[in-house]
Amino acid sequence: MTELPLIGEAIAVAADAPGARRLAGARIGVVTFPGTLDDRDAARAVRLAGGTAVPLWHADTTLGDVDAVVIPGGFSYGDYLRAGAIARFAPLMSKIIDAANSDAKLPVLGICNGFQILTESHLLPGSMIKNDHLKFMCRDQVLRVENSNTAWTLDYEAGQEITVPLKNQDGQYIADEKVLDALEAEGRVVFRYVGFNPNGSRRDIAGISNAAGNVVGLMPHPEHAVEVGFGPESLDGIGGSDTDGLGFFTSVLNKIVGGNK
Amino acid sequence: MPRIVVDVMPKPEILDPQGKAIVGALPRLGFTSFSSVRQGKRFELTVEGEVTDAILAQAREAAETLLSNPVIEDVVNVEVVEA
Repeated sequence: MTELPLIGEAIAVAADAPGARRLAGARIGVVTFPGTLDDRDAARAVRLAGGTAVPLWHADTTLGDVDAVVIPGGFSYGDYLRAGAIARFAPLMSKIIDAANSDAKLPVLGICNGFQILTESHLLPGSMIKNDHLKFMCRDQVLRVENSNTAWTLDYEAGQEITVPLKNQDGQYIADEKVLDALEAEGRVVFRYVGFNPNGSRRDIAGISNAAGNVVGLMPHPEHAVEVGFGPESLDGIGGSDTDGLGFFTSVLNKIVGGNK
Repeated sequence: MPRIVVDVMPKPEILDPQGKAIVGALPRLGFTSFSSVRQGKRFELTVEGEVTDAILAQAREAAETLLSNPVIEDVVNVEVVEA
């Protein structure tokens, strides 16, 4: 019988496994803005995947020596003005934008409010508006991984369905038809809602990437589905597993240490 | 002190979910003459002293970069209002 992992223990890579030390050497920055909620969970997800989580503060003027960055969910600056609009101009964001666009192509993942910040930063096209039904929605959501070649989806198979929590009010992804057609043609629709579109997003889009595939944003929360006993399966048994979100973090860690497929 | 007023509206082609909710609520109060509502934002920027062309230009730039998101919104008006 396999033992359940202890809380906080790396489960993707046993600590004594060959390569574990290499993964732990990969440093993933997790950004906190005033009003960020999910930074702790994102840092836990990084640790559970075997990496080292590095806290970053919005007012920092340097990224330090991180190998990738997660911009977590929440309500940065209270969602005032527009979700993500004020966070976009934080000192640290200009560093992240430069690093993401540089030749080094820093991997950046924006989750929920982080996705909104990435669109406001023009790292990703389109925008989010209020859910078409106007209500905050919290549910376990089935997604299809449409592109398994981005920095954050290498450990998934194209077409694979995963279940992770979704919780938002401004989750309706919109862009004009030309942008949507280009995203589809270039394989930049990374995740699509399956079975139910929870917010009216155009073409059931749940997440997209930039052209290089290093920047990915999505509304649902993979960092809340990384631990046995605390994920979607335990709560309502709709399928998938409790740890469907872990692949985001193992993908980027493996890419950083050079083990990407 | 003079203020610069900036009005921002959702783009016409974008369905405004908030406006839709409001137009649904109006008839319940007996306001039956309104077939649609669109909700925008009004910003008031207070200026210490005179509004020069340079300050007005700054306000226009702020309106396009921070106060609105050109993907979903249009700046429909920038004007000076004397106190």
